[in-house]
Amino acid sequence: MSGRRIVITSGKGGVGKTTTTANLGAALAKRGKRVILIDADIGLRNLDLVLGLEKRIVFDLVEVAEGRCQLRQALIKDKRFDSLSILPAAQTREKDAITEEQFSAIVARAAEQSDYVLIDCPAGIEAGFRNAIAGAAEAIVVTTPEVSAIRDADRVVGKLNDRGKPIRLIVNRLRSEMVRSGDMLSVDDVCEILAIELVGVVPDDEEIIDTTNRGEPVVLDETSRLRAIYDKIARRLEGEIVPFTSFENQGFFGRLIDAMKAG
Amino acid sequence: MHELKATRDEKAPGAAAAAAKLGRAIVITSGKGGVGKTTTTANLGTALAQRGARVVLVDADIGLRNLDIVLGLESRVKHHLLDVLDETVSLDDALVPDKHSETLSLLPAAQAREKEEVDTEKMRALIQSLRERFDYVLIDCPAGIELGFKNAVAGADEAIVVCTPEVSAVRDVDRVVGLLGNRFKPQLIINRLRPQLVKKGKMLSVDDVNAILRLPLLGVIADEPEIIVTTNRGEPLALRKDAPTGAAYHAIAARVAGEDVPAPMPHLKETFLERLGSIFGGKRP
Amino acid sequence: MIEFFKKLFGQTGSSGSTAKERLRLVLMTDHLELAPDMIEAMKRDLVDVISRYVEVDRDKIEVSFEQQDKALAMLANIPILSVNRTNGQPLPGIVTEPAEPPSALAPAGPETVKRRRRRRKKSKSQGVVAAPETASAL
Repeated sequence: MSGRRIVITSGKGGVGKTTTTANLGAALAKRGKRVILIDADIGLRNLDLVLGLEKRIVFDLVEVAEGRCQLRQALIKDKRFDSLSILPAAQTREKDAITEEQFSAIVARAAEQSDYVLIDCPAGIEAGFRNAIAGAAEAIVVTTPEVSAIRDADRVVGKLNDRGKPIRLIVNRLRSEMVRSGDMLSVDDVCEILAIELVGVVPDDEEIIDTTNRGEPVVLDETSRLRAIYDKIARRLEGEIVPFTSFENQGFFGRLIDAMKAG
Repeated sequence: MHELKATRDEKAPGAAAAAAKLGRAIVITSGKGGVGKTTTTANLGTALAQRGARVVLVDADIGLRNLDIVLGLESRVKHHLLDVLDETVSLDDALVPDKHSETLSLLPAAQAREKEEVDTEKMRALIQSLRERFDYVLIDCPAGIELGFKNAVAGADEAIVVCTPEVSAVRDVDRVVGLLGNRFKPQLIINRLRPQLVKKGKMLSVDDVNAILRLPLLGVIADEPEIIVTTNRGEPLALRKDAPTGAAYHAIAARVAGEDVPAPMPHLKETFLERLGSIFGGKRP
Repeated sequence: MIEFFKKLFGQTGSSGSTAKERLRLVLMTDHLELAPDMIEAMKRDLVDVISRYVEVDRDKIEVSFEQQDKALAMLANIPILSVNRTNGQPLPGIVTEPAEPPSALAPAGPETVKRRRRRRKKSKSQGVVAAPETASAL
């Protein structure tokens, strides 16, 4: 049975695609799944950096596509996990260095040897994006609760719908206090606008900046609340019904509870 | 310290344009998405226009336009960049006058089109004709380094790169500076600095970023929730000259205009408790 | 107490609800821009329905979308060529060949009525035109 091939995309840059790919991949690996992460951002690679594996790159995606090495030679095994590997992007090439067919073929090969292939998609909706989604059978759209991000996510959802791929949503960088004060859209608002299945809500947390600097996925930190959250997303992907906790869902009832607490 | 002063000399940005009596075409780029290119374009443009300059903002993010919504002009967009390039409408019909600043206009991107539809030569020609009408042409570049980026850069003669104090962003800016090549001498704006995190050693400092990138620094903008609020409302922060971030954008605008103004640096704001601690505990900040 | 209700309904005049409204409208506009086929189909259906009541100039129909206050409005400009009777029959005397010019002193005879009708034919109007004059002037 071939592994699931999921692209992590957003349209807008900087909303957390790479962070999500790294941490969700790590969470799945921690649950015993065999996971391969592929960085499709040729020319602006960052997945390696976020995982602290940048010094171990020998071969990259483009070299695999060009047949200059085998996939297994390019895969970097993350020693902190039982079964997490990454295929880095090329840094000094451009996105046209690979075709949709070549990329799909590589993803398919990776899927044969794993339970999950997560594809870190570049920002935008150009060739890099098209390549990344070509290889995938499913998509996770990441957005923050901000106007431009949601607008871009909407565009991407439209493009994904055109290709008939199931889409799920992660709302990233939620700031509960701003939602409460009415200065940020709530998760309900975002879901209402985008109308796709919600699979995760991740709060804004300084920890991410620090862990990215150090190249350590946040799920390795036993004390981090984000670890539990990424684990929940992993479980939902596996088909488990996991309820969203109260801070995640600041809709009408959230406000009711807050209002009563405030007296 | 970072007391970089802009000086008026032949090599100063904009000198060549001034000599040719043309406006300055500045592309605002970064590589990494989400670091604040659009916010910077909107605010810098607003600040320059508030100083009386004639400014046009060009949204080059075809298919993912957002400059209109950041300026609060989304309901007034009738035509767009591709309509002008295709010559189906005139430039005057496509330009949207800003709600707040008299001498500011927006040339919106198309939403239902693709970046591949932009002809690079036509883009260059358009920017040139904009330079004849405006003092500043600010081009909001899309994320990435693909065709969208190349077309946005095509017409520009100067570049501002925006970077956040994070490893991925710095890496991407470094790559972009390389791709921009010798034609440009990019200047840097560091965005979303969180002084408290820098103090705790959990975020790169301005010095760290400067040491890696070695670019002339236009200014540093601190991260604040107010930015999200102003985008929600479509009212750029630069409209509030007395607010710290508004003032910072005005200082950057002054530097861009060649004035001898120190680069804005967000002072480390002490919280009440810290001050209390330093009074009673004798700690020095 | 008022604070309680304000918090309950999220009504603090805050930017979040402004953002949501703006986003809703801008996405509608974006979706319309992305669906020119749908708009063409809508135009065709519109014309079919209106043609049951009036004859329209199909080639000159214009449809546009404009933001008005808190909603997106569709504006249709549909030139009307003639108006059918309620029983589906066209009015008598609707002619296409030019009438003879009347003498300056002649009363408003049939030729003048025909000219008036031809002028009404050519006028553009939005929506359904008012009930036409009958030919009882004859």
